[in-house]
Amino acid sequence: MAKKLMKGAEAIGEAAVKAGCRLFFGYPITPQNEIPEYLSHRLPQVGGTFVQAESEVAASNMLYGAAGTGERVFTSSSSPGISLMQEAISYMAGSQLPVVIVNIMRAGPGLGGILPAQGDYLQSTKGGGHGDYRVLVLAPNSVQEAADLVIEAFDLADYYRNPVLVVGDGLIGQMMEPVEFKEDYEPVRPLPPKLWASTGHRGGDKPRAIINSLFLDPEELERHNQVLQAKYAEMEKREIRYQGYGLDGDYDLLIVAYGTVARVCQTAMEDLEAEGYKVAMLRPISLYPFPTAAVREAAERASNVLVVELSAGQMIEDVRLAVEGRRPIHFHGRTGGMLATPEEIADKVRRIVGNRGGES
Amino acid sequence: MIHTVFEKPESLADVVTHYCPGCTHGVIHRLVGEVLDELSIRERTVGIAPVGCSVLAYNYFETDFHEASHGRAPAVATGIKRARPDLIVFSYQGDGDLASIGMGEVIHCANRGEKITIIFVNNAIYGMTGGQMAPTTMPDQVATTCPMGRDVNQAGWPIRMAELLSALRTPAYIARASVHSPLHVVEAKRMIRQAFQYQVADTCFSMVELLSTCPTNWGLPPNEADRWLEENMLPYYPLGVFKTPDGADRAPRPLPVDQS
Amino acid sequence: MPQIVVDKERCKGCERCVAACPQKILGMSREMNSKGYFVAQVVEPMRCIGCRLCCLTCPDVALNMNIHGAMYHYFSY
Repeated sequence: MAKKLMKGAEAIGEAAVKAGCRLFFGYPITPQNEIPEYLSHRLPQVGGTFVQAESEVAASNMLYGAAGTGERVFTSSSSPGISLMQEAISYMAGSQLPVVIVNIMRAGPGLGGILPAQGDYLQSTKGGGHGDYRVLVLAPNSVQEAADLVIEAFDLADYYRNPVLVVGDGLIGQMMEPVEFKEDYEPVRPLPPKLWASTGHRGGDKPRAIINSLFLDPEELERHNQVLQAKYAEMEKREIRYQGYGLDGDYDLLIVAYGTVARVCQTAMEDLEAEGYKVAMLRPISLYPFPTAAVREAAERASNVLVVELSAGQMIEDVRLAVEGRRPIHFHGRTGGMLATPEEIADKVRRIVGNRGGES
Repeated sequence: MIHTVFEKPESLADVVTHYCPGCTHGVIHRLVGEVLDELSIRERTVGIAPVGCSVLAYNYFETDFHEASHGRAPAVATGIKRARPDLIVFSYQGDGDLASIGMGEVIHCANRGEKITIIFVNNAIYGMTGGQMAPTTMPDQVATTCPMGRDVNQAGWPIRMAELLSALRTPAYIARASVHSPLHVVEAKRMIRQAFQYQVADTCFSMVELLSTCPTNWGLPPNEADRWLEENMLPYYPLGVFKTPDGADRAPRPLPVDQS
Repeated sequence: MPQIVVDKERCKGCERCVAACPQKILGMSREMNSKGYFVAQVVEPMRCIGCRLCCLTCPDVALNMNIHGAMYHYFSY
C-alpha cells in the first residue's frame, strides 16, 4: 500500500481496522473526536459495528462485555474520559480480557484544557484503577508509529489477555503525516485460541466460560493475583521497547523523553551538537514496562540526566528509580498545554553542562 | 424624555459571548438573566456550568458559579442545595450533558425532588465537540458520528427528556419551550420564570427543556436553522407543561391485556 | 416614538432580527465591526412599532429599545 497523508486520529482508527478490529465503543471528547468520527463511517464499510455510548463509563463497560466474547475491541478517549474508564479497566485486568485503549492526553487536572500534555503517565503506568494490576502502555511519537503500535497492541492484548493502553497526545491526534500500512496483516507472534471467551456453552469438555474478577475466598484471590503478576513479570522481560539517539557514541548528558516531546528534544540536540555539546537521548516507547535497565546503563555513561515532560514530573520518578542516585537528574517540564520549545531545552542543557553538578 | 424599555438585564455580564452567530444559547442566557432580575434573586443564586458550548457560562452571568464535570451538574446542584438550602441553585445543561452521560444524575435528582432548577438546552447535536450525534438527534439527521443520518435501528429514537422525567412520582415542574421565534421566546420566559418561582417558594424540582438551534453544526444559517427546528423538532418534541407539583401520578399505565 | 439602538460590537450578524421584524425595517449593513461581522441596522426607523420582537430574538442583547415621550405603555413579557 502506498504512503498516504493521514491525520493521526484517522490513522489510529484505520490501524484498528487493519488489525481486524470490528468493534468500537466510545464517546466524544476533544481532542480525539476524529477517531470515533472516522470509525463511524469506516466500520460499517468493513461490516463492523460502531456505537457512540452514553458516557465513557458505559463505553468501557461495553468494551468489557464485547471483549468477553473474544472479539477484538477498541476505544479511544482523552484524559478526563480515561479517568471515567478506570473502574472498567481494573475489571478487564482482573478478568484477563484483551482490550486496546487509546488515550490522547490533554492538559489537566479536572476539565483542564484541550492542548497536549503528558500528565497521565502515573495514571497509565502505576494503576489508575484500584487493585494490583498493570496495563501495557505504549507511547508513539509519530503518526506512523501510532498506527504500528495500535496494530501491535491488539496482538499484545490477545497474547497477554490484558488491556493495552496506547498514549498519544493532542499533537499525534491532530497532526497529518505520511502513513503506510502493511498490505496483509499477520500477528507478530502465534496467538492462542480464545477458549476462555463466553460464546455460549454447548456442553462437552470445554467448561462454561465465566468472565469475572470476583474471588471471595482470599486464598483463591491470592492465587489469581499471582497469575496476574506472573503475566506482568513476563511483560517486563519481553515487552521493553525504547529508541536510542546517539547512545552508541560518547555523550555528556542523557535526555529521557517520550512521545512528541522527544521530537522537540531531537531538534534541540541538533542545535546543541552544532555548538559542540555531546547529548544523547533515550526515548521509552513502552512506558510500562519501563526500560529501567536501559536507562540505568545509558545514564552511567553520562554525567547528568535531563528528563523532559509535558507535566509537572511523572516519568522522572521512574527515571530516578532506574538511575538509583548514581547521576544527578534534572527536569524540564511544561504544564497546562504549553509545549516545551527546542530553545528552552537547549538552554537547560547548556546550564546543566555549564554548572556541572547538583540537581535542578 | 427617553426611557429605555429593553436592555441587557443586570444578571447578565457586560461581555460579548463566544457563542456562534445565531446560537440560541444567547437568548436563553438573557431569559434566565431577566428572570433572576425580576425575582430579585441574583445575589443568592449559584449557577452550575456544564461541559458543552456553555462551559464558560460563568463568564456571562453575574452570579457565583460552579463548574461540573460532564453530566454531573444535577449531583453538584444537589450538593450545593443540601449544604445551603437558602441559595437558589440552577444548572444549565446541553443535551449531551443531561441526556447522555448525565442521564442517571438528572433522573435521581428529579426523583429525590431536589429543589433546584435545570435549564436544559436541547439542540439535537453535540455543539462544542464538533457536531456528533446526541441522544436528542432526530432520525436521519446527519452528524459526524452518524454520517449517513441517525439510524433508529442502531441508535434508537431520540429521547424526550421532559416526558421521561414527568413519569416520576415525585412532584416537580417539567416544561418544554422553544426559542426559535420571538413569540416562542415569550412563552419560554414564562416557563423559566415559573420554574424559578417554584424554587423560590421551596416547592419542588423544576426543569425547562428549551428547543434550540445550532446553526454551525446543523450547517444552516441562523434563520434557516430556526425553520429547520420548527419543521423537524417541534412535531417530535411537543411544547407545553408536562408536570406541575400538584401531586398527580402521571406514569403511563400498563397496556390493556388484549394489546400486550 | 420607539427607537431601536444596535450595539455594533455585540452584533454577530446572525440576521435573526431581520427575519423577526414584522414591519421588515431591519437589514444588514455593509459596515463591519471589529470582529469582522456585518452588523444589523435599522433601515426605516420611522416605521418601527415598538413590538420588541427584534430585541427578544437577538441572542447577543445587541438591540436595545428606547422610547421618546410618554404615550406608550410597555408590558413586561
